[in-house]
Amino acid sequence: MFSGSARSKTGAFAVSQSLDPPLLAARDLALTVRGEPLLRNVDLDIHAARRLMILGANGAGKSLLLRCLHGLTRRTGGGVYWRGRPMDRAARRAQAMVFQRPVMLRRSVLSNLLFALGAAGVRKSERRARAQEALEQARLEHLARRPARLLSGGEQQRLALARALACRPEILFLDEPTASLDPAATLAVEQLISAAHSDGVAIVMVTHEAGQARRLGDDIVFLHRGAVAEAGRAAHCLSAPSSAPLQAWLEGRLYLEETRLSAEKR
Amino acid sequence: MSEIGAIFRAAFELILRWDSNLGEIVTLSLYVTFFAVALACCIGLPLGAAVGVFRFPGRTAATVLLNTLMGLPPVVVGLGVYLMLSASGPLGPLRLLYTPTAMIIAQLVLVTPIIAALARQITEDLNREYADQFTSLGVGPFRKLWAVLWDGRYSLLTVALAGFGRAVAEVGAVMIVGGNINHVTRVMTTSIALETSKGNLNLALALGVVLLAIAMAVNAVAMAVRASAMRAAYV
Repeated sequence: MFSGSARSKTGAFAVSQSLDPPLLAARDLALTVRGEPLLRNVDLDIHAARRLMILGANGAGKSLLLRCLHGLTRRTGGGVYWRGRPMDRAARRAQAMVFQRPVMLRRSVLSNLLFALGAAGVRKSERRARAQEALEQARLEHLARRPARLLSGGEQQRLALARALACRPEILFLDEPTASLDPAATLAVEQLISAAHSDGVAIVMVTHEAGQARRLGDDIVFLHRGAVAEAGRAAHCLSAPSSAPLQAWLEGRLYLEETRLSAEKR
Repeated sequence: MSEIGAIFRAAFELILRWDSNLGEIVTLSLYVTFFAVALACCIGLPLGAAVGVFRFPGRTAATVLLNTLMGLPPVVVGLGVYLMLSASGPLGPLRLLYTPTAMIIAQLVLVTPIIAALARQITEDLNREYADQFTSLGVGPFRKLWAVLWDGRYSLLTVALAGFGRAVAEVGAVMIVGGNINHVTRVMTTSIALETSKGNLNLALALGVVLLAIAMAVNAVAMAVRASAMRAAYV
């Protein structure tokens, strides 16, 4: 069970929910670009079928952390481990990611799914049925023949989710998937995420909405200036934050304080 | 003025009754250019895509080389192919000099760098857009290469048509390796040069009009393809 946030030996916070070995673990993860530390001492354990929300102000390093965990951005320090072992091709195949701006191939909705299934090594004979199933789940089956890039923003994001889930990942990374969507499209995407979680997929999602983190998250990690400021159960942390940055962020003061501090520094 | 008008009239008469000599020359021109461009696409598209998509040592040098080869002078290509195919050249035993095959080879050498260089640019841009998604999906190198070629198909078709336009209008290289032999290697451009020098302006002008019509048709097809692709957001 979840045991709350705890400082690791490196001084960073770690989310640790159970005695089960984590699906994905980050240890002392760091990313420095041109001498500037963008991520520092991040320790995380992501367990199977849990939902972890990564929160933080703009520029806190949320998306970078997600990219480092998924292997899209090469970290400069620490390690990321899949079931206790360094990441490899097989580990990558057990993961999927949906981006803030969905990347649609220049082909039909169905072909986008078939391509992903082909890349995931699914047998040709099974691909069409799997794609059809994913389209039905995302309620996009009537658009199967339409060019994917002609879909609306919400439909494209649902297709991106369907494409990711069609490959049956064990863990799904989501980088602000509803950032530019209207409430109806947001609800549709959230329903798909919840359905994926019900099927046992672990969710790691970047969001800047506390409400969404409450709705969708079991656990949260709050990043502040590239380091974990607070981590723990979503319900607890978001109602009774123990760190000053999270408290300021929830009250909408963090951006103003950061701006004031940087002005004072100048 | 009336003389020029008479030449135009005679030229259009040749086209309208599709003079057998004119037909033979146009057919050979299209045959040579079609095969040269088809082969250039088979080589240039994967080559350009490989340079555009893969990261390897010397990639920048390969890009510079491709871009440089785009501007190869046709007569130099003609000379190079001539030396290769001449009796004392390494491919002399194949006896290809002064045949349509030699002309196809010359046009192939000319057009392949153009197709490869333009394909590199298109596929590199596509790959940049798809890179994160490809990495996330664990797409292998050959699937990646095929994906950018397929997704860039409409832009690449325009590239192929540009190559066709370049090849069909080429005169220097095919003149050197083809020899402009009547009924064997005489194509539109070499015929125009020859007939003009002989003073047979009717045939020269008729061929010029056909050449222009082909260039216009190729451009019209390219524009239509691109417009259709844009409607489907495939470009």
